[in-house]
Amino acid sequence: MLNAIMKSVELGLLFALMALGVYITFRILDFPDLTVDGSFTTGGAIAAVMIAGGYSPWLATICAFLGGLVAGVCTGLLHTKGKINGLLSGILMMIALYSINLRIMGKKPNIAILNMDTIFTGANLLVVMIVVVVVVKLLLDLFLRTNLGLALRATGDNERMIRSFGANTGTTKIIGLSLSNGLVALSGAFIVQQSGFGDVTMGVGMIVVGLASVIIGEAIFGAKTVFRATLAVILGSVVYRIVIALALRVEWLDASDVKLITALIVIIALVVPAARRSAKQKSQAHKRTAELLSGTGPKGGVS
Amino acid sequence: MLQINQVSKLFNPGTPDEKIALVGIQLHLKPADFVTVIGSNGAGKSTLMNIISGVMRPDTGTLHIEGAAVGSLPEFKRSQWIGRVFQDPMAGTAPNMTIEENLAMAFYRGKVRGFGLGVNAAKRRMFKEQVARLGIGLENRFGAKVGTLSGGERQALSLLMSTFTSPKILLLDEHTAALDPARAELITQITQDIVREMKLTTLMVTHNMEQAIRLGNRLIMMDKGRIILDIDETRKKDLTVERLLGEFEQISGKKLADDRIVLG
Repeated sequence: MLNAIMKSVELGLLFALMALGVYITFRILDFPDLTVDGSFTTGGAIAAVMIAGGYSPWLATICAFLGGLVAGVCTGLLHTKGKINGLLSGILMMIALYSINLRIMGKKPNIAILNMDTIFTGANLLVVMIVVVVVVKLLLDLFLRTNLGLALRATGDNERMIRSFGANTGTTKIIGLSLSNGLVALSGAFIVQQSGFGDVTMGVGMIVVGLASVIIGEAIFGAKTVFRATLAVILGSVVYRIVIALALRVEWLDASDVKLITALIVIIALVVPAARRSAKQKSQAHKRTAELLSGTGPKGGVS
Repeated sequence: MLQINQVSKLFNPGTPDEKIALVGIQLHLKPADFVTVIGSNGAGKSTLMNIISGVMRPDTGTLHIEGAAVGSLPEFKRSQWIGRVFQDPMAGTAPNMTIEENLAMAFYRGKVRGFGLGVNAAKRRMFKEQVARLGIGLENRFGAKVGTLSGGERQALSLLMSTFTSPKILLLDEHTAALDPARAELITQITQDIVREMKLTTLMVTHNMEQAIRLGNRLIMMDKGRIILDIDETRKKDLTVERLLGEFEQISGKKLADDRIVLG
């Protein structure tokens, strides 16, 4: 049991970078970006091919990150310059990347790197991942407090406002999408090195896993500040893996049900808080109306 | 300062819904002019604002700010010269960001946004001084998200944000219309103080006739996409609401029709 939880923590940290990427698009930019399914594989494919080819695993990991950046820029250009709907831009890139990923992998659907040196060779995977995730988190927090980072956040919060203050929101969107997919690809590169092989279908459903992590994290740990929110996303990714591990211990569920379970988690996490909010609002309105009618309680204010 | 020459704008040209928004608008603003704009529904007041700020491009005509042709520049480039406060108190601020973060974004109007920290100790001190001038106690809630402020407080903050980098042109688009009378009066007061103090060239659309007469040094009235009345400083001094309504009827041959007009 303890072993299973340790395994989940490791996986959670490996996927946490992907979840941070999803957080940037989904929460900060308010842009549901489906490129993720493709760019995760792109990162994995680049890392697998380079490591299999004898390159340094760190160089391979950096190249995977760059590959993700480029994929994100493409989605951003489709959306901002090509004026294509955001969802569709992501879907188009996801499909296009499927072929590109196969090309990267030399038209082989999977590449094994089991006997090659990876960044985890001779190191403790958990320690490496904790360091990497903490560094990435702090850098991201810092970036989001810079002038460019503020403009990026405002693009998702009130686009008209930040444009009236002279920020090119097309550019900020492209930067956000690029950074997001870079992190997603980085996560893919880590997963390949942990599992020992890269597969062209490894990214399928990644966007939903990322969403699940973001939503679970925010629900449990809160998202009052950027620092809290990014921490919540990382912890959400870990909790998600633990939930999946626990679910798989149920007798009548097996590994092929993981995607269904993930979808259900996201659905519950989206529906329950919304229902609770509207119920609370309703009871609040009832209470205040009763107070106003009976003349007790604070006077109603207009503002 | 601002020169608008022969600007016209059609909506949906060539369709059954074709609508003339502006025809041959000719308007020159001198530095530190404070012009109030009134007019009936669909007179083209908002279109004029959108054309100046670059949200829309004119079909014909030219726009110059301090002699520079800006007619073909996109909104985000033009905004280095233009500050704007919208009618909707939600429109001018980012609700999920703090007061100081909002100010930091406004502070970088027209500058390159790089990797410098948005808020540091020196900037925070400077922002606090500015906010304290509003006199509504926002300086004590600096870390609060703007979404937790009331409409009036948000509008005061928007006003400060759009003016504190001294824009060449300040556009006020019915910025008190969505507030209750007491708060509207407070925002009007703050507007007057800021515009006077910073000598901003200002164009203010309003539905409040009394306000249009009381504020500023020049008043223009629009109807069907044209400027039909232009009242300068000397004539504006002894203008009353009745006389203004009378002038409108005389020129346009109808009563001023505006479902939101406030006589004052």
